[in-house]
Amino acid sequence: MALLEVKDLKVRVEEREILHGLTLTVNEGEVHAIMGPNGSGKSTLSHVIAGKPGYEVTDGQILFKGEDLLEMSPDERAAKGVFLAFQYPVEIPGVATMNFLRTALNAQRKARGEDEYSTPDFLKKVREVSKSLNIPQDMLKRGVNVGFSGGEKKRNEVLQMALFEPSLCILDEMDSGLDIDALRIAADGVNALRSPGRAMVVITHYQRLLNYIVPDFVHVMSRGRVVKSGAKDLALELEASGYAQFEDA
Amino acid sequence: MPAVQETVERVKRIDVDQYRYGFETLIESDKAPKGLSEETVKFISQKKNEPDWMLQWRLEAYRRWLTMTEPTWARVDYPKIDFQDLYYYAAPKPKKTVTSLDEIDPEILKTYEKLGIPLREVAMLEGVEPKPGEEDPARRKIAVDAVFDSVSVATTFKAELKKAGVIFMPISEAIREHPELVQKYLGSVVPTSDNFYATLNSAVFSDGSFVYVPPGVRCPMELSTYFRINERNTGQFERTLIIADKGSYVSYLEGCTAPQRDENQLHAAVVELVAHDDAEIKYSTVQNWYPGNSEGKGGIYNFVTKRGDCRGNHSKISWTQVETGSAITWKYPSCILRGDNSRGEFYSIAISNGFQQVDSGTKMIHLGKNTSSRIISKGIAAGKSQNTYRGLVTAHRKATGARNFTACDSLLIGDKCGAHTVPYIEAKNSSATFEHEATTSKISEDVLFYCIQRGLSQEEAVGLVVNGFVKDVLQQLPMEFAVEAQKLISISLEGSVG
Ligand SMILES: Nc1ncnc2c1ncn2[C@@H]1O[C@H](COP(=O)(O)OP(=O)(O)OP(=O)(O)O)[C@@H](O)[C@H]1O
Ligand SMILES: [Mg+2]
Repeated sequence: MALLEVKDLKVRVEEREILHGLTLTVNEGEVHAIMGPNGSGKSTLSHVIAGKPGYEVTDGQILFKGEDLLEMSPDERAAKGVFLAFQYPVEIPGVATMNFLRTALNAQRKARGEDEYSTPDFLKKVREVSKSLNIPQDMLKRGVNVGFSGGEKKRNEVLQMALFEPSLCILDEMDSGLDIDALRIAADGVNALRSPGRAMVVITHYQRLLNYIVPDFVHVMSRGRVVKSGAKDLALELEASGYAQFEDA
Repeated sequence: MPAVQETVERVKRIDVDQYRYGFETLIESDKAPKGLSEETVKFISQKKNEPDWMLQWRLEAYRRWLTMTEPTWARVDYPKIDFQDLYYYAAPKPKKTVTSLDEIDPEILKTYEKLGIPLREVAMLEGVEPKPGEEDPARRKIAVDAVFDSVSVATTFKAELKKAGVIFMPISEAIREHPELVQKYLGSVVPTSDNFYATLNSAVFSDGSFVYVPPGVRCPMELSTYFRINERNTGQFERTLIIADKGSYVSYLEGCTAPQRDENQLHAAVVELVAHDDAEIKYSTVQNWYPGNSEGKGGIYNFVTKRGDCRGNHSKISWTQVETGSAITWKYPSCILRGDNSRGEFYSIAISNGFQQVDSGTKMIHLGKNTSSRIISKGIAAGKSQNTYRGLVTAHRKATGARNFTACDSLLIGDKCGAHTVPYIEAKNSSATFEHEATTSKISEDVLFYCIQRGLSQEEAVGLVVNGFVKDVLQQLPMEFAVEAQKLISISLEGSVG
């Protein structure tokens, strides 16, 4: 069974249709890359899957593990294993990152009927994961993303992904703003999470990221639709020829 | 969309009617006849076995009150109060005088348990050592002078405090046992003629706490009082007096929750603080009176006069308040910075939801040289509430080198509420430096969604973001109250988003 099935999805924002019938199927264990010009609707797709308010689905459906995702509240979706690493992670002043991680993790576990983590277990887990992502413990004492550099914010997203162990990870431009070393560390973090039970949707503008996180499939989005799908070589092709060929599609 | 529909349903279900602490205990009470007259004042004084000087003091206040009118300048709106339609005294009937918690009416103890106030927690009350590896700040000692319906029914830790020379007792007892101290200080910070509600309080106050810390003594524990309103139609007139003598230190906690009811209830407390040379008083409040139901009906009217006098040089008074309850809050804990180099602080979190109206702030009156004050106010308005910060900072001609820093931040949740900032600043000498910062912002949808995407419910997300917003002030609370206050903040914002 497919993990995620987006079928003929039409989405409006403030009376304007942004997605015009988008279809995408992602199976467990697969990594899909989505590329496409600015404004083609990539972030919109990720937001609708995660359940951000303000988007009106006028047609089509989204199934997650066979269930109707659009019937679920965004926090239910999170507890069921949908994770979105944001293109622009927000700052939450006054809320220590460590406290945020723990509150969120326990909220998800509670929603699934699992026991909350004990403090020592939680701390151990955070330490392990943050170490592998080269995130200093000091950073976790600061407010969520407050004063974090662009790269630190993105690493914090990967940290949460590793901690929550979602079954669907959507990464919206996790490579933007990362220097080469940071990119490699973050990509290693993502790769470490690849597993037969987990799928990833990697949104990016650059082939470079896909050298690190090698996708099984590449999709090209243009003007609210998937206009071409292929294997990883499609990304190389795009790098050479650009998006112009799809603009009229 | 179904998800939106679901949220709307959920929010409808959680409204302010489900006031978490709305229940009453069934205890026979001992009431004064309804209404206010010289007879009522005498009845109260007699009930308390007061000496004649106290009765005369009350009567003088009562006569003064008859000539006064209610203030109308605050941004609050309520039907006229019929002062003859209230009871001015009610006491639970104690079976006998109590010396230990075991002797207290189990009904009363149950009430505290429901409130989550761990009066019976041995660890807390007895300062028992924590289990190995357990780091619980709650085990720190707190002396509880539990005020239940106007009369103190339990006083703990008396012995240890006595050893340190600290006097901590109901003010009714202090009037009899330490008349010289009470006569010297009562009304010396908030005179009987101060304002309509303070004058009313002076005439009919029922009970409250009295604290005296002798010179050079650091009070060995946090002092704490829980106030409850538990009698239908009973005006509440608490009176608290705290004196920190030279070089002493005391931290006092006051917290309250009230049961649900229909009729509006008047609460007009007076708190007076006096800090002598080099003394410090830290006064913290967590206020959660019944705010009224989802139509804005019922709820407590909270008209409070709290004032601290930094009478001595290098003295310090700091007010910290978390205000989540009451239909109407009218409250301006203030500092008179009389002593040279004295310091006043005001840290406030004021949350309004439903139809609540808050008009609160502080006054920093700089009289002495090189006095300094700091005001950090966080106002959160949700639902259809109105939240006003009203603050006054003045420097007298002789208050050279006076400094004030004020930061007022308001956070709006939804678009049917209002936040207002009304600062008054008067510097009568050119060497005073006053800084004022104010911000108003709406809670960010993007921030809420970020939290929700990570698994928090809408309510939890709002609670978390608001707790982050008020963190600077929460940190000022004693540890054992900070956690409780954090929970209270989240509870009081339930149903605020749709
Ligand atoms: N809240 C909104 N109001 C109005 N228009 C919106 C809103 N959100 C997105 N859009 C529009 O929808 C289109 C798709 O935006 P989206 O952010 O999904 O693009 P994207 O593919 O992620 O672009 P980029 O590569 O620049 O991140 C754009 O034209 C954008 O202006
Ligand atoms: Mg985008």
